[in-house]
Amino acid sequence: METRIGVYICHCGTNIAGKVNVDEVREYASHLKNVVVARNYMFMCSEPGQEMIIKDIKEYGLNRIVVAACTETLHGHTFREVAKKGGLNPYLVQMVSIREFDSWVTEDKVEATEKAKSLIRAGVYRVNYHTPVETTTYPVDSNVLIVGAGIAGITAALVLADAGKHVYLVERQGFIGGNMAKFDKTFPTLDCASCILTPKMSAVKNNPNITLFTYSEVEKIDGFVGNFDVTIRKKPRYVREDLCIGCLSCIENCVYKEPRFMSEFDEGIGKRKPVYVSFPQAIPLVPVIDPETCIQFRTGKCVQTCLKGCPTKAIDFSMKEEIVKVKVGAVIAATGFKVFDATRDTKYGFGRYPNIYTTIQMERMLNSAGPTGGEIRLQDGSIPKEVAIINCVGSRNENFNAYCSRVCCMIGLKHAHMLRDSIGANVTIFYTDIRANGKGYEEFYRKVMLEGVNFVRGEVASIIPSENNRLTIVFEDTLLSRVRKKDVDMVILNVGLEPHDDWEDVRKVLNLTCTKEGWLMEKHPKLAPVTSLSDGRFIAGAAQFPKDIPDTVAQAEAAAAEAMSLIDRGFVESEPNVIRIDEERCSGCRMCISVCPFSAITYNEEKNIAEVNTGLCKGCGACAAVCPSKAISQNNFTDEELYAEIMGVLRE
Amino acid sequence: MGKPKVGFYWFASCGGCEESQVDIAEKIVDVINAVDIAIWPVALDFKDSDLERMEDGEMVACFLNGAITNSEHRRIAELFRRKSKYVIAYGACSYMGGIPGLEVSKDKKSLIERVYIKGDIVVNPEKKVPVTEYTEDGIKIDIPEIYERPYSLDEVIDVDFYVPGCPPTPNVFLDAVNTLLSGKIPEKGYVFGSRKSLCNECPLNKTKPEKVLVKEFKRPHEVILDPEKCYLAQGVICLGPVTRGGCDALCIKGGMPCTGCFGPLDGIKDYGAKAISYIASILDSKDLDEIRRTLEKIPDPLGTFYRYSLPGSLMYRKRIGDEK
Amino acid sequence: MSENFEPKIVAIFCYWCTSQAAELAGTSRMTYPPNVRIVKTMCTGRVDPQFILWAFRNGADGVIVSGCHPPNDCHYEDGNFKWFRKYVLLSRTLEQAGIDPKRLRQEWISASEADKLKKVLTEFTEEIRQLGPLNHTIREGGV
Ligand SMILES: Cc1cc2nc3c(=O)[nH]c(=O)nc-3n(C[C@H](O)[C@H](O)[C@H](O)COP(=O)(O)OP(=O)(O)OC[C@H]3O[C@@H](n4cnc5c(N)ncnc54)[C@H](O)[C@@H]3O)c2cc1C
Ligand code: SF4
Ligand code: SF4
Ligand code: SF4
Ligand code: SF4
Repeated sequence: METRIGVYICHCGTNIAGKVNVDEVREYASHLKNVVVARNYMFMCSEPGQEMIIKDIKEYGLNRIVVAACTETLHGHTFREVAKKGGLNPYLVQMVSIREFDSWVTEDKVEATEKAKSLIRAGVYRVNYHTPVETTTYPVDSNVLIVGAGIAGITAALVLADAGKHVYLVERQGFIGGNMAKFDKTFPTLDCASCILTPKMSAVKNNPNITLFTYSEVEKIDGFVGNFDVTIRKKPRYVREDLCIGCLSCIENCVYKEPRFMSEFDEGIGKRKPVYVSFPQAIPLVPVIDPETCIQFRTGKCVQTCLKGCPTKAIDFSMKEEIVKVKVGAVIAATGFKVFDATRDTKYGFGRYPNIYTTIQMERMLNSAGPTGGEIRLQDGSIPKEVAIINCVGSRNENFNAYCSRVCCMIGLKHAHMLRDSIGANVTIFYTDIRANGKGYEEFYRKVMLEGVNFVRGEVASIIPSENNRLTIVFEDTLLSRVRKKDVDMVILNVGLEPHDDWEDVRKVLNLTCTKEGWLMEKHPKLAPVTSLSDGRFIAGAAQFPKDIPDTVAQAEAAAAEAMSLIDRGFVESEPNVIRIDEERCSGCRMCISVCPFSAITYNEEKNIAEVNTGLCKGCGACAAVCPSKAISQNNFTDEELYAEIMGVLRE
Repeated sequence: MGKPKVGFYWFASCGGCEESQVDIAEKIVDVINAVDIAIWPVALDFKDSDLERMEDGEMVACFLNGAITNSEHRRIAELFRRKSKYVIAYGACSYMGGIPGLEVSKDKKSLIERVYIKGDIVVNPEKKVPVTEYTEDGIKIDIPEIYERPYSLDEVIDVDFYVPGCPPTPNVFLDAVNTLLSGKIPEKGYVFGSRKSLCNECPLNKTKPEKVLVKEFKRPHEVILDPEKCYLAQGVICLGPVTRGGCDALCIKGGMPCTGCFGPLDGIKDYGAKAISYIASILDSKDLDEIRRTLEKIPDPLGTFYRYSLPGSLMYRKRIGDEK
Repeated sequence: MSENFEPKIVAIFCYWCTSQAAELAGTSRMTYPPNVRIVKTMCTGRVDPQFILWAFRNGADGVIVSGCHPPNDCHYEDGNFKWFRKYVLLSRTLEQAGIDPKRLRQEWISASEADKLKKVLTEFTEEIRQLGPLNHTIREGGV
């Protein structure tokens, strides 16, 4: 059959047409071999643009389409659908990027135009060799794995469970809630964090559609979109969830009469026993025994008063790690953040001098259910009169994190307000710029200002102890350009947000990509903010980048909706870029089998040929590059297509 | 009408091709009975003028071996092209450039110096090098000019079919002769031999492990090869996977890995590059330094992977025909 | 070297990392020399050394192949290593054939490293400009 190509050049408003002379390019393209029609249009992806292609397919009998526009990643799907509507196999389309790969990255208009021509020429050469690609469909498992049970994971889990999907919610800590569970009040409305969070936490516990795995981690995810096999590792908590009734007698009866060990949940300002719950309303209300501090584990010779006190004998020192395997169709990563370790920036004296806290410690101190019962006290027991809050600790700083952590300005304002409110302290905020750009945030800022909180635009040079257990802050007042000093009783370091230390490992297990700092990467910063680059895996919350609770919840709901859309569609299309092996050519040398990372190829001894299992093939093309008999061709990336494209970008 | 006329000729070659032609032993009698050998300078006394005198297209086929390295080669090749219906490039040198073709990677000047002046067994105090004209006793003779680089036959004239091998094995030669005699003329560009690679017919192929992964490549003399096991799987570079079969695995049976004289399979654009592709890919290492170190140890990759095919490679080939 | 020599550069990028970086360079409006023409494969493991020679043969003065950072970034486990192995052996071969191996460049550029992409492409274009056109391919004489 004769090859009839249509070439469609998008202006993308002025994004392309501002740099590339689209008329000249169209004229050029129209003379390329086998091109029957070439057009340019303001927005190819718009309804009229799409209609134009469909109409041309019919009118001109087109059997190949080249769209020169943005990128395959962004609109490849759109134009494949257009071809389909026009009655063509969707893979007879080639997208050429003249925006991202040309108009946006080229200074000179003439050069950009020439480059556009060469890219389109390559696309046209290439599309000549395209052949229809048929994809098969697989059913999608309706279960969802959610990793991380902070407010993001909890929200997504509830949305999905309410829609009747089964959720496996995996949390690495012993208890759910994430960072939000530590807070007292939340900006800007100042509703109490536990009042809004605990109902959701118990809903998680009580929802039959949610299987909660706490103190657990995802070990491995095999399979592909719609059909993931997940391996979960449950660490032993030494208290059996099936027996424990949450009376907490074990904690009360522990041989340690008083809490002696640093409580992770209290961020180092509170203590716990070897057997503990994070806080009295924790979910699940099943204590964890920490083998590092428990006498039974350390010496093997404890009188085990906890066990004696337990009415159901739920304590089991012989518990072992458990491996659980589940099947899911989609994965949502909601692993959140950690706060910047303030000891890294030594000028703040954190960890060396008394009465210097971080905002997350302050949350615990302000919390009436926290280690101080909500009392704000200096280490000598007195009430601070003068408090400084220092913003941007670890953020907006090339030596640590160059980015703005987005939420800390508001945290500082919240703490300033609460400190004035509860102890009437005189509070000074040292800021770089105040960023209060959420709904009601600017108003909150104004309110706090009017309450009499002092604002100093200043860069802190050092914090040193002075007499009477006070602290001297040496800083540059950047409005006055003067170095000044201020003595205070207490300093609160407004630490920024960071990815977890083990982000690299977690990313690998979940098969996601990250920014160089370690934030999870979305497919598109604007148009696909909760979709990852790996099909069937979504991201939500602060794991993607620092954000406040409203944004976190919105993302979590979006991720749940994305997962649901996948599940309710019910099927996924198989990988289109799989390979085919030509029996007539295959020599049975098995070089392909040697290189396939997914064991998708097997040897048929009887016929002395290699055979591919397209369900396992992920379409990397390694075998096609290797096959010395040229028996393998990779869909959409055949040798001929690539040779033609390479020749196309080079020829004049 | 008499018997179909055929011709044989040699350019830059070692004589092995001729050897292979007589190697078909008693079957040569059948060939001689079936055809009329019009030209065969190696065996019989022919002059160029015999060729010149022929009608255009008088011969049905000619089998030309050897690479094209000088102006005389080219002149004769063109003559053969005119005089015969089918031109068959016979043997690796004619087909792909072969061993003499390796000099394509060096320039002519340094080669002449090496061969005529600095050669280990050369005594040439006057530093005489080949010239194109020579006069003695008032008689001027033209001497063929050595080309800047060698060529495969099809870089110089149009070639119809190819008989691969260094030299071709008797079977593949017979196959070519019989096919042509049978009148079932293959499509232009056809290469005799198997449609599949050597592994397909190699007796050791069945001994390959599930995945052939190699920690280190060794040269045949550095190991004691187990003749019962795939050589590649033993870490010795065997070009069987990338080489056209049809040779009956003679080298393999003789205890040597394949060096690739039958050339690539159909559709492969560059034999050596394809060989590099699978050889490098099966190296079992995920350490960049180790990969470098191991692959640096393969001596002379150009000679190893392009032993018979350098002038015909994408890096040098003069004619390109396969673009759309 | 002629003053107006504009090198032709083919850039073969894997879909998951370096192509994404190139898209990011686009959305971030970073400029780099227009000499660079991007061809995508799903994985650098797909790159057949024949593609490189084909590019040179068709007039490329330089070829750059870039994929995901080893050891763990490859979307297909170890396609980047497979490419690297081919690259090492091919480079040595090119050198023997008299093609400056600097004309074939190998890089790892992750999806977030648009700045690195810009730097590498700018640098590479300059380097090839200095090397001059690749006239090697069809070295002829006599015929
Ligand atoms: C001091 C402070 C005060 C704040 N105050 C406010 C406020 O008043 N109002 C407001 O809107 N926002 C506030 N924020 C921001 C708020 O904390 C975040 O918006 C919110 O916590 C993000 O929720 P998340 O679920 O994404 O992450 P997280 O709360 O960090 O939850 C992530 C969860 O995932 C778990 N996890 C991590 N890795 C793994 C893994 N590999 N496997 C399994 N589980 C894993 C973690 O243990 C955790 O439970 C504040 C932040 C800080 C630091
Ligand atoms: S939000 Fe404010 S305090 Fe936090 S890093 Fe940004 S500017 Fe600094
Ligand atoms: S590499 Fe090619 S020829 Fe060898 S077994 Fe695989 S498909 Fe067959
Ligand atoms: S394309 Fe990749 S995944 Fe598919 S069979 Fe080939 S090597 Fe295996
Ligand atoms: S690689 Fe060599 S030895 Fe092994 S099966 Fe192939 S031809 Fe035979």
